Amino acid sequence: MTFALTAPHLEIDNLLADRATRIIVCCGAGGVGKTTTAAALGLRAADMGRNVCVLTIDPARRLAQAMGLTELDNSPRKVPGVTGGGSLSAMMLDMKRTFDEVVESHSDPARAQAILDNPFYQALSSSFAGTQEYMAMEKLGQLRAEADRDGTWDLIVVDTPPSRSALDFLDAPDRLGTFLDGRFIKILTAPARGAGKGLGKLLGAGFGLFAGVLTKILGTQLLSDLGAFVSAVDTMFGGFRERAEATYSLLKDDGTSFIVVAAPEPDALREASYFVDRLETDQMPLAGLVLNRVQEVRAPELSVERAVAGADRIEDSDPMTSALLRLHADRLRNAERQERLARKFVSAHPEVSVTEVVALPEDVHDLTGLRTVGDLLAD
Amino acid sequence: MSTTDWPDVQLHVVSGKGGTGKTTVASALALALARDGRRVLVMEVEGRQGLSQVFESPPLPYAERRLVTVSGGGEVWGLAVDPEEALLDYLELFYNLRRAGGVLRRMGAVEFVTTIAPGLRDVLLTGKAVELVRRSDKKHDTPYDAIVLDAPPTGRITRFLNVNTEIAGVAKVGPIRQQADGVMAVLRSARTAVHLVTILEEMPVQETIDGVAELHDSALPVGGIVINMMRPPLLPEGNCEVPDAAQLDAGLAAAGLTATSTVIEALRGEAADHIARVALEATERERLAVLDRPMYELPYLPGGMDLTGLQEMAVMLREQGMA
Ligand SMILES: Nc1ncnc2c1ncn2[C@@H]1O[C@H](COP(=O)(O)OP(=O)(O)OP(=O)(O)O)[C@@H](O)[C@H]1O
Ligand SMILES: Nc1ncnc2c1ncn2[C@@H]1O[C@H](COP(=O)(O)OP(=O)(O)O)[C@@H](O)[C@H]1O
Ligand SMILES: [Mg+2]
Ligand SMILES: [Mg+2]
Repeated sequence: MTFALTAPHLEIDNLLADRATRIIVCCGAGGVGKTTTAAALGLRAADMGRNVCVLTIDPARRLAQAMGLTELDNSPRKVPGVTGGGSLSAMMLDMKRTFDEVVESHSDPARAQAILDNPFYQALSSSFAGTQEYMAMEKLGQLRAEADRDGTWDLIVVDTPPSRSALDFLDAPDRLGTFLDGRFIKILTAPARGAGKGLGKLLGAGFGLFAGVLTKILGTQLLSDLGAFVSAVDTMFGGFRERAEATYSLLKDDGTSFIVVAAPEPDALREASYFVDRLETDQMPLAGLVLNRVQEVRAPELSVERAVAGADRIEDSDPMTSALLRLHADRLRNAERQERLARKFVSAHPEVSVTEVVALPEDVHDLTGLRTVGDLLAD
Repeated sequence: MSTTDWPDVQLHVVSGKGGTGKTTVASALALALARDGRRVLVMEVEGRQGLSQVFESPPLPYAERRLVTVSGGGEVWGLAVDPEEALLDYLELFYNLRRAGGVLRRMGAVEFVTTIAPGLRDVLLTGKAVELVRRSDKKHDTPYDAIVLDAPPTGRITRFLNVNTEIAGVAKVGPIRQQADGVMAVLRSARTAVHLVTILEEMPVQETIDGVAELHDSALPVGGIVINMMRPPLLPEGNCEVPDAAQLDAGLAAAGLTATSTVIEALRGEAADHIARVALEATERERLAVLDRPMYELPYLPGGMDLTGLQEMAVMLREQGMA
C-alpha cells in the first residue's frame, strides 16, 4: 500500500486460494497491465498449488518467450518453473484459428472447408472489429468445458483484448451476433436462403439502387459469398447470437470473478469506473480494482518543500545530491497527483476493493518479474 | 524558425500505438503548422470526439469548425468524420442517392456497410482526407495549407492507407476506380507523410519498428518519429552510479537536512530506479535511431494536458523542425 485509501484491500491470496474461484477475468483500458496482471495471478495461483490455465491475448514479445508461448498452436502449454504442487499452462489466443476451429467442430469436413475458403469468412475472421473479443469468449468457453470434462485445470485466468474501451469485451460478442443475425443481412442474403420474394416491392426503388451500388462496390462475388456464409453458419449452430449469449452467461457464473486493472491516470480510471458500473448493472461479480504502475514513494517523511529547499542550497556544491533531492520531490508530487485521482475513484465506488502495484523500473518480462508483481498484488 | 523538415507535405498522417498520444500530437502539430497565417485542418476518423476533448470545445459535428486562431492570424479547423455520413456523401457523389439515405439508415443498411466492409469505411475516410488536400489544386474558395489526420493506430495504419489499392481488384474501370487511383496517388506521393508517435517502452517501440517496416513495404511515405511523454534524466549528465551512503549523508548535511539512514537508503533506491529507467529508455531510443527517421521529442507534462500544454508542445515541434 502506498496510497492512503479508504477502500477495502483486495485480498488477492484469498481469491486465489478459494477453490470456488474457477474463472478470473482481467479487464481494463489498453496498456494498463491486463496481460501482466493475468499472467502474474496465474503464476501465483499455480505456486499456491492450483492447476491454472492462463489465456493471454497479446503479451509483450519477451514475456511471451519467457512463458514458452512461442508455439502458436492455439492451445495451452505447460509453463516450466512452477514451484510446489500446482501447475501453470498458458496460451496466446489465435483469433483466426479459434474461429476456424468453431467452424470445423460444427460441421462435416466438406462443409467446413467451404466456409473456411469463403472470402467473406476470411475477412470476418481476421479483421472484424469485435472478432477478437468474441473469440476470447469462445476460447474461454472451450477451456472451461475441457476443465470440467477432464479436470485439467481448476482455475482459468483470462486476459482481454487491447480495446480502447474495457466495455468492448462485454459488448462486442453481442454486437457481432446481432449484426450477423440482423435484418439487413437477412434481406440481402435472402435469395441464397430461398426467401427473397417480393423484396423489391417491400423496400422500394431505393433498395434496388442501393443493392446495385453495393454490388458495384463490394463485387457480386462478395455478396454471394456473404449469403453462402450466413446460411451455412445459420444451419451450423442456429445463430451467432445464441452462442454469444451462452458464453456471456458463463461470465455471470458464481465461480467467475472480474478484476479491473487501471493505471492511476484519468483516462484509465474513467474506463475502470464505467466498467465497474456496468458489471453492477449486469450483475457480474467484481473482485476488485488493481491500480497498476503506481508511483512508489520511499521516505515520504522527507517532504517536497524540504527536499526542494535543500536541493537549492547545494545546487553548485553537490550537484548529485541536489539532483537526487529533486528526483525525490518529483516522485512525491507525481504520487500525490495519482493519489488524488485514486481517491476520486474510491469516493465514487467506496465498496470496491483495491490493491496497488508500483511501477517497476523495468518492463515485466520473465517469471521473476511476474512473481514480483504477484507479491505486490497480494501485499 | 522558418525551415521545416516537411516543406512539401500537405497531409500529415499521425499514427502510433494506442494511448501513446496520437490525438494530442496531431492537435499540437496542427497548431504548429498554423504559423504565419496558415489555415490548417485536423481531422479525426474514429468517432470518439478526441479533438473536442483536446481543444476543450463542444463536440464536433460532421462539418468543418474553427477550433482556434493562432497569433499571426493562423487558424486551426477541426473535422470529425462520421463514416455513415461519409458513406452517404459518397453515394451522392457517384449515384445521387442521398435521398434514399433515411430508408437505408432505418434498415440498418448504412451500419451494415460500414461494419461489414471495414475496407469500404476506410475508402470513405481516406477519400475524405485526400479530397481536403486537393482543395488547394482545385481553386476551392477555402483551401487548407495543411491537413493533419489523427489516424488509426499502428496495427491498422498500413491497411487503412492502402485500402484503395484493393478497390483496383474489384473495380477495373469507371468512376470508383478513378477515385481510388487518385487517392492512392496522393497518399503515396511526397505530399503525404506518415508520422508515428511512441513512448520509450518496449511494446510501443516494437510496434513502431514493425509499423515503419510495413509502411515501407507498401510504398507509403514514412515521416518522423515522435517520442512522446519523455521524462528528462534528472541526474547530472553521465551519472549512472548510485552514490554511496556516506557521500549522500554529507551532501544532505550540507543541504541542511539531517537524514536518517532510512531516508538515505530510500534516496539511493530512488536513484537506482531512475538509473535503470534511463538505461532502458536509452536502449529503446537506440532501437528507434536505427530506423533513421527524423525524431522529435515531447516531454511528459506532469500537470496533465490542457490548451496551454498543447500550445507548448506546438512550440517544441516547431523548434525541432517538424512544422
Ligand atoms: N506529453 C504528454 N504529457 C502528459 N500527458 C499526455 C501527453 N501526451 C498525451 N498525454 C495524455 O495521454 C492520454 C492519451 O493521449 P491521446 O488521447 O492523445 O492518445 P491516443 O494515442 O490518441 O489514444 P487512442 O489510441 O486511445 O486514440 C491523454 O489523457 C493525454 O492528455
Ligand atoms: N507494474 C508495472 N511496472 C512496470 N512495467 C509494467 C507494469 N505493469 C505492466 N508493465 C509493462 O507495461 C507494458 C504493457 O503491459 P500489458 O500487461 O501488456 O498491458 P495490457 O495487456 O493492459 O495492454 C508491458 O511492457 C509490461 O511489462
Ligand atoms: Mg494485453
Ligand atoms: Mg486518439
